[in-house]
Amino acid sequence: MIRNRRERPADAVPGLIRALLLVLLTLHVAMTVTQPRPTARAEELPAPPPLPVLKTLSGGDPIPLAQALALHLQAFDNQPGISIPFAELDYGKVLAWLKRILELDPHTEYPLLMASHLYAQVPDEDKERQMLAFVYQEFLADPNHRWRWLAHAAIIAKHRLHDLPLARKYAEALAQHATAPSVPHWAQQMHIFLREDMGEYETARVLLGGLLASDTIKDPHELRFLLERLQQMKGAENSSSPSEK
Amino acid sequence: MSSTLKKIAIIARFTLLEALRTRLPWIALTMAGLLFLGSLFVQHIAIAETARMQTGFLAAALRLATVFVLSLHVAASMVREFNDKGVELLLALDLPRAGYYLGRFAGFALISVSLAILAGVVMLAATPSFAVAWWTLSLALEAILIAALALFCVITFVQIMPAISFVVAFYLLARGISAIRLLSQSPLLSPSEWTNRAVAWLVDALAWLLPDLGRFTLTSWLVDEPPGLRTLGFVAAQSLVYSALLVCAGLYDLYRKSL
Repeated sequence: MIRNRRERPADAVPGLIRALLLVLLTLHVAMTVTQPRPTARAEELPAPPPLPVLKTLSGGDPIPLAQALALHLQAFDNQPGISIPFAELDYGKVLAWLKRILELDPHTEYPLLMASHLYAQVPDEDKERQMLAFVYQEFLADPNHRWRWLAHAAIIAKHRLHDLPLARKYAEALAQHATAPSVPHWAQQMHIFLREDMGEYETARVLLGGLLASDTIKDPHELRFLLERLQQMKGAENSSSPSEK
Repeated sequence: MSSTLKKIAIIARFTLLEALRTRLPWIALTMAGLLFLGSLFVQHIAIAETARMQTGFLAAALRLATVFVLSLHVAASMVREFNDKGVELLLALDLPRAGYYLGRFAGFALISVSLAILAGVVMLAATPSFAVAWWTLSLALEAILIAALALFCVITFVQIMPAISFVVAFYLLARGISAIRLLSQSPLLSPSEWTNRAVAWLVDALAWLLPDLGRFTLTSWLVDEPPGLRTLGFVAAQSLVYSALLVCAGLYDLYRKSL
């Protein structure tokens, strides 16, 4: 403590008060330390307040409130392990919170990250699909900014859910709607390789050929890689054709 | 009763008298009446759980308003006394500094209890339940702690603006410290990064120093289930220990002041 000229020395304070100060501080810290740590419980996640109420509370500045809500929602994972607590959450309520945060701050990507990278990682297929559907729905509202979350959703659909038609649906939406120059080619080409994985070689070859003919690929390495893939597809198509006949 | 105790009682009595003469009861009554009307409006516009909505709004608003009015009153009263040189006059008498401070604190504590009772009566009009008694008791304990905090801040900072700013910041932090602890220790944050560990440790240290006001005067006691004895015991013990700690800290500063 900085001592100024108007202060008397610490000796001026009676010893009893100094001793009491130390004892009470120790007692308070001991009381606090012995209390159980705060924990978040999945069943305590309530439904989010209505949007008009939140807008009123935000005082005309909804972005900080949206950020606070995202952190509040995030606190409901705070238990040992990740998959178990997420799976215990009521996903209807989680989705309502995520939607509300996006309504308050449409430019934030935090709810989409939480949906695709956190809540879609639970060992519960229905809940995973709920989250992927949410990402798809919100992607359509702003495809050029939200493409990466749908790309991740397509990967989850393919590798975790083993649902290739769903992955192809997401990948096709990427190719169709995310058309800004900032969207990388691999995201726009994803649907072609998914078709290849599904054995639709001819369609995949036609799509890839169309892409190469469109002259949108400028990078020579990417061009060479895609040409090689085109050749592989042709080979695979030829080898699979006789057995199909 | 010893002579010092008598003097403490007299100072406490004059603190109460000052509150009456500065129209604090009217301000508190008007505030409570307006908040009750506001809760009726909330009940009117709610399309479901109307009673729950009214109780929730009224409980939260009364709690905040009580703390706000009380801390402003304590700060204004003490600063006025400093500016009028009343403290110098009192300390020139045969009265230890602790006697003056304890007298003022006792007076403010009685005002805290009165404000809490008023809030409880208004709450009872909206929620006629026995849980209101526990809610009022907890609000009184919380208000006493805030009165001790405001008194300590005025003794330390002497001016209203820094004192009230500190009280508001302290109150908001103490109300949210449990949530902040949860956020700082999320398993989503990598525990291997020293910055995350340092932040979590700092937040823990802060939580040890602050009272956990997030466990005081909860609206859920009124709308869901009343608190258990253990919860009330914690609230009472924390209020008692922390108020005493703040009184000692205030006394420490008062004894060091060269008037």
